[in-house]
Amino acid sequence: MPPKPKVPGLIKGLGVTFGEMVKTLKDGPQTTRYPHEREEVSPRARGVIALHEENCTSCMLCARECPDWCIFIEAHKYLAPPRREGGKPRQKNELDRFDIDFSLCMYCGICVEVCPFDALFWSPEHEYSEVRIADLLHDKSRLDQWMQTVPDYEPYEAGADAKVKKVPR
Amino acid sequence: MTLLLAAFDPPYWLSTLIKVVVVSAVVPTTALILGMVFLFKIMSWMQSRLGPQEAGPRGTLQLLADGVKFLQKEDIAPNGADRWVFKVAPLVVLMSTLLLYVALPASLHLVVADLDVGVFFVLAISSLSVIGVLMAGWASASKYSLMGALRAAGQLIAYELPMVLAVIGVIIQAGTMSLNGIVLAQNDGSIFGWGGIGFPYILTQFVGFFIFIAAVQAELTQPPFDMPVAESEIVSGYQVEYTGFRFLIFFLAEFATAFAFAAIAAVLFLGGWAVPWLPTSSDWYYVLGPIVLFAKVMMVAFIIFWVRFTYPRFREDQLQSLAWKVLIPLALVNIVVTAALKVVL
Repeated sequence: MPPKPKVPGLIKGLGVTFGEMVKTLKDGPQTTRYPHEREEVSPRARGVIALHEENCTSCMLCARECPDWCIFIEAHKYLAPPRREGGKPRQKNELDRFDIDFSLCMYCGICVEVCPFDALFWSPEHEYSEVRIADLLHDKSRLDQWMQTVPDYEPYEAGADAKVKKVPR
Repeated sequence: MTLLLAAFDPPYWLSTLIKVVVVSAVVPTTALILGMVFLFKIMSWMQSRLGPQEAGPRGTLQLLADGVKFLQKEDIAPNGADRWVFKVAPLVVLMSTLLLYVALPASLHLVVADLDVGVFFVLAISSLSVIGVLMAGWASASKYSLMGALRAAGQLIAYELPMVLAVIGVIIQAGTMSLNGIVLAQNDGSIFGWGGIGFPYILTQFVGFFIFIAAVQAELTQPPFDMPVAESEIVSGYQVEYTGFRFLIFFLAEFATAFAFAAIAAVLFLGGWAVPWLPTSSDWYYVLGPIVLFAKVMMVAFIIFWVRFTYPRFREDQLQSLAWKVLIPLALVNIVVTAALKVVL
């Protein structure tokens, strides 16, 4: 038996492409002409990793979990004044260097997941291409600037007990 | 202006020169127009995007830029290739396309060679491209090329038949094989004494038109009949080893052939270069003829490319059985019915 062409389906298919053409001409395409007009990325897009420096304790969890070792952390210890009068001075870590090499990063987000102190965040910012590949190594001041572009947490559904977390900016 | 053209009667060498120049200029131009309008613009719109925007005003020069890019590429022949055959093959394909344009009438006198058996010539010449395709596939010394070429040969031969048989209905009705004769028969004809729109044969030969368009689709090896160049299994078929301007020639030939076939369909079924309310003997057709023909060609080409952008690929066996078990019997029935009605009416 030769395969029978399903005629109504074929005509429907032609209708789909023709309708799409009319729609494109009338309402414009689904695409955006990117360099000329800014595209709308979704707010939770994984554009770049932002660092909130005050929250970082230099625990190195992110650097150790990173699959391609693109996070570089250096820190030194110092003695902070005691909290109460007559107390012992506290030992703290001062972050000297926190670099992410975005030419290595594969945007898996494991560092953001493992950070126990909410120091790393996803930001939808994506326009940070460089001419030289070495320039994609960004230091903590640059990573901290991207904190401004991190979107707020979305509200939980009605009736949830937990309070919505705040993004530290 | 029109009278000037009508009175223009150049010597043989000059008219030959003009014809050569015109055909060799028209072929790439039509390929560019079809590629630009349909492959880039209409296809993009059907996929909800805009298509090329940057090269030239609204991206109109994109295809030219692509062509220049092809010309820059190195002309490579594979190590085991039969170099001479390999290099000539695209030219053979292009030759068949160029010869197609010889018989196409753009008006009563604007035709390179007004043959008495124009339909026969056009259909015969169009199948010459199979030889070029086979040469390309065999000389490339690659299994993908060979597979693609054999598939293409099998497909082109299979779909040659329904195409020829579909045209026979028109020939029976017109009583002539001259392309100009068919145009005249359609535009001077009348439907039961009413000559308002002449008598375009698509009204009676719609089955033939459908078969012809389907066969053209297969002859051009484009979706849904693009098994010979199916990239998911044989990369690009017989074109796989070609680079640079030889690949460009294949591309050019494909789109110029699409234009030529659309023109043949327009001549056979839609009344060719003439409009019904202007008598075919009018001198206006020196200017109007090519424009009218172009408009009709674009309509037919829209159908061809619309189908191309809509349907997925046929499997090899489905493709063959569609030709042999559906289209050819349908065309034969069409011929019988047409002949019977021609005798009866």
